[in-house]
Amino acid sequence: MTGLRYVYAVCRPFGAALQSQLRGVAGDPPRLLNHHGLIAVVSHVPETDFSEEALRARLEDLDWLAATARAHQQVIDALTVVTTPLPLRMATVFRDDSGVRVMIEEREDDFRRTLDRLEGRVEWGVKVYVEADPESAAQPAQPARRAASGRDYLRQRRMQTRAHEDRWARAEELAARLHETLSSRADDTRLHAPQNPALSGAAGRNVLNAAYLVRRDVSEEFVEMVDRAKDDVPGIRVELTGPWAAYSFAGEETAREEDTGTREKGVGPPEEDAGEGT
Amino acid sequence: MTTPGRLPEPYGQGQSANLADILERVLDKGIVIAGDIRINLLDIELLTVKLRLVVASVDKAKEMGIDWWESDPALSSHARRDELTRENAELRERLRELESGRAPREAP
Repeated sequence: MTGLRYVYAVCRPFGAALQSQLRGVAGDPPRLLNHHGLIAVVSHVPETDFSEEALRARLEDLDWLAATARAHQQVIDALTVVTTPLPLRMATVFRDDSGVRVMIEEREDDFRRTLDRLEGRVEWGVKVYVEADPESAAQPAQPARRAASGRDYLRQRRMQTRAHEDRWARAEELAARLHETLSSRADDTRLHAPQNPALSGAAGRNVLNAAYLVRRDVSEEFVEMVDRAKDDVPGIRVELTGPWAAYSFAGEETAREEDTGTREKGVGPPEEDAGEGT
Repeated sequence: MTTPGRLPEPYGQGQSANLADILERVLDKGIVIAGDIRINLLDIELLTVKLRLVVASVDKAKEMGIDWWESDPALSSHARRDELTRENAELRERLRELESGRAPREAP
């Protein structure tokens, strides 16, 4: 068969079969390419979409990108049921099977080391949102522009700012506490940049966007911990996703410091917030 | 069934709202290997920035009756086909208005 080879993940050999109806990014069922005791999960993709030039254009096409990302994730998901996959970034493409084999040979030590680190573990995503202030929602939009004088305006602004800061402080505190609690059950954590608040489909502002690497046999307990935190503080919402393959932990460990740097960004009011509220 | 360990039922998956979560991982995370097909990663980073601004909002925007991204030829094949580019600026403007109209409620 002609076409290019799209690689989803690398894993160790596993006994179970993948779902027979599983399809990859271009509708082709994923195959297992066994080499040097490792498995590359591969499917055939057409040059019309995955040659260099075509792919560059395709990646800019939102509909195509969304469909491809979902298909990629579906294969990774199916693998996560039967083994611990090491997920590759979307659109990792080789000319033929021998290109995939060479790639395995070049990196087999890294693969083994990372697979050992991830073995028997999954990723859980936890996001914390600050919802709209219930008090200001109760007395709807009387913004400061109605102020009778400049002094009133400034006073109103000050009060609004203070209420706003209080809510942020509460959210920051909860997020930090939750993160600490959850970290105690996780083997590793990553703090990702918050998802865009104004435009994300989710209500409220995303203040914590964290990933936790958790052993499978601890996962149930982990989920219960998140569940317990859910109703703790009014106006603050906790959202759990997973189990994911360990996407956020697939890179080499040097990635950690860089990601920890997003912590300040991840928890606390973004600067542009100061200008809002009028 | 030979699962390598018991796992709780999936949370927050299979919903369309989850596209942002999927893209965040599939496009941004995962191990980076240069294949035979060389895609400039910078292109993907730029795209990701664009997505942070746009994709996360798709469902919400549709809900609100805004689909300007569908008319952005850089973001959708529909637009290239239908040549709706000119409407784009108008729709962007409308989104801006709606966004600023929303601001006082969300950020008191």
